[in-house]
Amino acid sequence: MTTKIRVATTSLAGCFGCHMSFLDIDERMLQLVEVVEFDRSPITDIEHCTNCDIGLIEGGVCNSENVHVLREFRKNCKILVAVGACAINGGLPAMRNFIPLEECLNEAYINGIGVENAQIPSDPELPLLLDKVRPIHEVVKIDYFLPGCPPSADVFWKFLTDLIEGREPSLSYELVHYD
Amino acid sequence: MSKTITIDGQVIPFEEGQTIMEAATEAGVYIPHLCHHPEYTPHGSCKLCNVNVNGRTCSACTFPAMEGQQILNDAKDINEERKKITQMLFVEGNHFCPSCEKTGNCQLQAVAYHLNMLDDHFPLFYPHREMDASHAKVLIDHNRCIFCTLCVRASQQKDGKDVFAISGRGINKHLIINAESGLLKDSELEATDQAAHICPTGAILIKHTAYQVPIGERIYDHTQIDQVSLNSENLQHDN
Repeated sequence: MTTKIRVATTSLAGCFGCHMSFLDIDERMLQLVEVVEFDRSPITDIEHCTNCDIGLIEGGVCNSENVHVLREFRKNCKILVAVGACAINGGLPAMRNFIPLEECLNEAYINGIGVENAQIPSDPELPLLLDKVRPIHEVVKIDYFLPGCPPSADVFWKFLTDLIEGREPSLSYELVHYD
Repeated sequence: MSKTITIDGQVIPFEEGQTIMEAATEAGVYIPHLCHHPEYTPHGSCKLCNVNVNGRTCSACTFPAMEGQQILNDAKDINEERKKITQMLFVEGNHFCPSCEKTGNCQLQAVAYHLNMLDDHFPLFYPHREMDASHAKVLIDHNRCIFCTLCVRASQQKDGKDVFAISGRGINKHLIINAESGLLKDSELEATDQAAHICPTGAILIKHTAYQVPIGERIYDHTQIDQVSLNSENLQHDN
């Protein structure tokens, strides 16, 4: 038996929409798992990466935990892929970059409509927020980018099959969308 | 014998006084561009139409066609430079396509698609820019302005007004509106003006029209900008 290709996935400051779109490859998932084994991923509940061939990162970085997870992926994945608009340019979460962090927290936890027992969460277990949401290529080296909000299932399929079959991944015009 | 230039090995006739861009467009050769529009005085600022003319880099929209020019246009290294320029345009502003009404109809996005731009490469600036929604029918989102000056030129040359101008230099450059308050509602702009429709990005939008055409059925969703551009620009020329 040949060793399967190990794939890890995670969602940082994302909405899991990219993961949902990945699952939209539907029955092709059965073909995929013949050659691929999932490591750390919301699909497996494995908590930490071991040596992987491919890491798929959804979302940008908005807090300290995102940075740690991203660095763990970079350390353990031979090929690291930015998946979706948020990983590539911060996306929707980065629209808070124009509002000071304190104002954001006050609006959500102090002055927001219907807030009771108003206080800004400060449990030491909570990761600290970064002052700005950043795309992941500003933190670690990224090998490939799959644009889209989300990238379509066909983008995941084309990219992964190219890579698995030893071709340089390429996306046709129809597969490249930023929206 | 008419005079000719050669673009990527193709011999192309031109008339005296034409720019390289004009001669190329007439011959059905696409040269990527954003600040150029066939109906307006060339501006030469976006630099996407950079071509190699006899070994030197020139803007095709401003450089005159001259007998015997050997021009490289659709070459790998030139397109790589164009991609870098496009990436710089993206990181310098705030271009969040999924939340922009113009997505699919946006020329900035379409040029990026055409150049197979998959990432922004550079660190993002996230500049803080305002939105002006004061006008009843037209909206300006300064986050998406790339300073192509097409609205400036359209307002002056087509609408006979002077609604827009570019102020400041370098990174402080910004679009200003000719009104004492600085607001669009106090300017002479009307929704029927050319200046309100010429923006190649989602910076100037007509209100209440956003999603009349669904995402997925828009201009550049299935057709590349080279085809769209050549068809529309030659049509305008014939008229």
